[in-house]
Amino acid sequence: MSKLHGKRIVIAKPGLDGHDVGAKIISLTLRDAGADVIYTGLRKTPDYIARVAIDEGADALGLSILSGSHNALVAATMDALRRLGGTDIKVFLGGTIPAEDHQGLKDLGIAAIYTAEMKLNDVVSSLAEKLG
Amino acid sequence: MSIETLDSGLNQPPHPRSETSFGVPIPAFIAPEGTEAPGQYPFTRGIFPTGYRSKLWTFRQYSGFGSAEETNERYKFLLDNGTTGLSVALDLPTQCGYDPDDVMSLGEVGKVGVSMFSLTEAETVFRDLDLSRISTSFTINGTAAIIYAMYVAVADKQGVPREKLTGTIQNDILKEYVARGTWIFPVRPSMRLIADTILFSNKETPRFNPISIAGAHVRDAGCSAVEEMAYTLANGLAYVDELLRHGADANSFAKRLSFFFYVHMDLFEEVAKFRAGRRIWARLMKERYGITDEKAQMFRFGVVCGGSSLTGVQPYNNIARVSIETMAAVMGGAQSIFTCAYDEAFQIPTEFSAEIALRTQQIIAHESGVGKSVDPLGGSHYVEWLTDKTEEEILKVMASLDTYGGVEKAIEDGYLQMRIAEAALARKRKKDSGETVVVGENYFAHQDSSAVDYGEVFKSDPTTEARIRERLMTLRKTRDQAKVASALAALEAAARTPAVNVMSSLVECCHAYATVGEMVTTLKDCWGEFAEPVRL
Repeated sequence: MSKLHGKRIVIAKPGLDGHDVGAKIISLTLRDAGADVIYTGLRKTPDYIARVAIDEGADALGLSILSGSHNALVAATMDALRRLGGTDIKVFLGGTIPAEDHQGLKDLGIAAIYTAEMKLNDVVSSLAEKLG
Repeated sequence: MSIETLDSGLNQPPHPRSETSFGVPIPAFIAPEGTEAPGQYPFTRGIFPTGYRSKLWTFRQYSGFGSAEETNERYKFLLDNGTTGLSVALDLPTQCGYDPDDVMSLGEVGKVGVSMFSLTEAETVFRDLDLSRISTSFTINGTAAIIYAMYVAVADKQGVPREKLTGTIQNDILKEYVARGTWIFPVRPSMRLIADTILFSNKETPRFNPISIAGAHVRDAGCSAVEEMAYTLANGLAYVDELLRHGADANSFAKRLSFFFYVHMDLFEEVAKFRAGRRIWARLMKERYGITDEKAQMFRFGVVCGGSSLTGVQPYNNIARVSIETMAAVMGGAQSIFTCAYDEAFQIPTEFSAEIALRTQQIIAHESGVGKSVDPLGGSHYVEWLTDKTEEEILKVMASLDTYGGVEKAIEDGYLQMRIAEAALARKRKKDSGETVVVGENYFAHQDSSAVDYGEVFKSDPTTEARIRERLMTLRKTRDQAKVASALAALEAAARTPAVNVMSSLVECCHAYATVGEMVTTLKDCWGEFAEPVRL
């Protein structure tokens, strides 16, 4: 499986949420699919994450949030990307994200939301399609 | 649903009957001549000969959200409805040691639990609750010493003698590095802080459990029942070794060590896991450490039923899952049980879903009759075989950790974290491929997804974060700054002297209304911060 060959993807954990299993599963899966994956580790600020994504020349940035603080943290990350010049990076979201929040997050610029029930193969296919 | 429409818990049901429905007396336990009986070393069949006949497990529901006032109201509701122990959920800034106005706290204040940034909040959470009569459990680790100090300070203020306090702090930092992520300091000073809390607690609050060594989170993250028990026992041994390095008496402190696990869906495997765990721990305490007091050999544990075995798809199915898991916990001999609400997979439980979770335990306790005889599965060919096999496999995993160089090294290297991530990926792939069956999700799924009913949705109050920050501002303006500064200076001096127990200084900081963020910053200046090994 090398659907994501040559793509650079940063997986990040903004905020204080320590549940990193999802982020790690996705990181390993995307690497298996051929992508170069950079995982930030826990407790990173939106500014730090935006800086890493830009410096690493990322095609995509995946945010993993399970603490319910996604609205504030996504807004802050999108703002940081705008300020620091990373608007060309596609931003994805995973974690515990209630359906009623999805539209608002997409309005903020999130390209797609992947939840725990989705099959990993489907996540890879969806990402490959969105990254062209 | 309003509180008024619920029946009151005042009408307490009778204890589990000691006879069959057809009138024949049931022995507290059944153990043929020459076989191990419950309450007998190595306690495979349970730590008490009378089990739930003499004392039911504690019904402990995890709760706490938003502000201190809202949490205080929810606790009064739960206690009025038959909950017998409180379990406090704290927000992530409190758990990670940041004040609500810290840049790191953005979006997290009052989210996954209550904000307890200083004694003001703890006093509000426990207002009108008599701390000498309730047992309180805190899911707190990185800042466990501080939150425990705060609880002691609330008791001091209420005039409740410290020796009357009962409850538990999780205070298990090793698994935080591996799975839950609320670490603050490096491993060594963290281990010292845990020894300090245990030794202070043994002396000042002898009925309080100063640690609950938890396998729950590594299990929920992805590992097997065997690995869950193996890693937890290994962590337990690391704490015993640390306490011995502090010159403590194992016959005394080991009585206050307790454990905490997840129960997932394979009923017999779960029962075998607990039976094997009790046996291994008792033998290690006796043989490795020469502990002679039987109470100090006993493996006492609480459980969570639910967690990652619950689904966001068709959430009402989770009620059936939690019932089966609760049966496993009871037949495994748990001392306290927390049942997840059916909506816990995707939101903070509502009063409606939280009530069903509690009622599930009550139905099993008072209607099913499973508590009539201790270890009812003992002697079953299958369960005894499974217990032996589980024990063998647990010991193998523990030996492999020893070979690696021990848990502290495995954590500092990121080795254990990697093992968990691999196990999680394997579990997810099995679910994706259909090898693991999840009813309603990968099999028997609803064709029309729009027909899925998520039930009532809990709405968190969007103004909570601002209100909590406001309370912090008020505190900063009104407290005695000189008193805060001198308490923090005393804390720093204690932290820099390894032979001094920091707990008394932390209690004084709480009395002076120092904030969690201020205490943690002081300790970070002395001890540094953990550098997460990011390894994939």
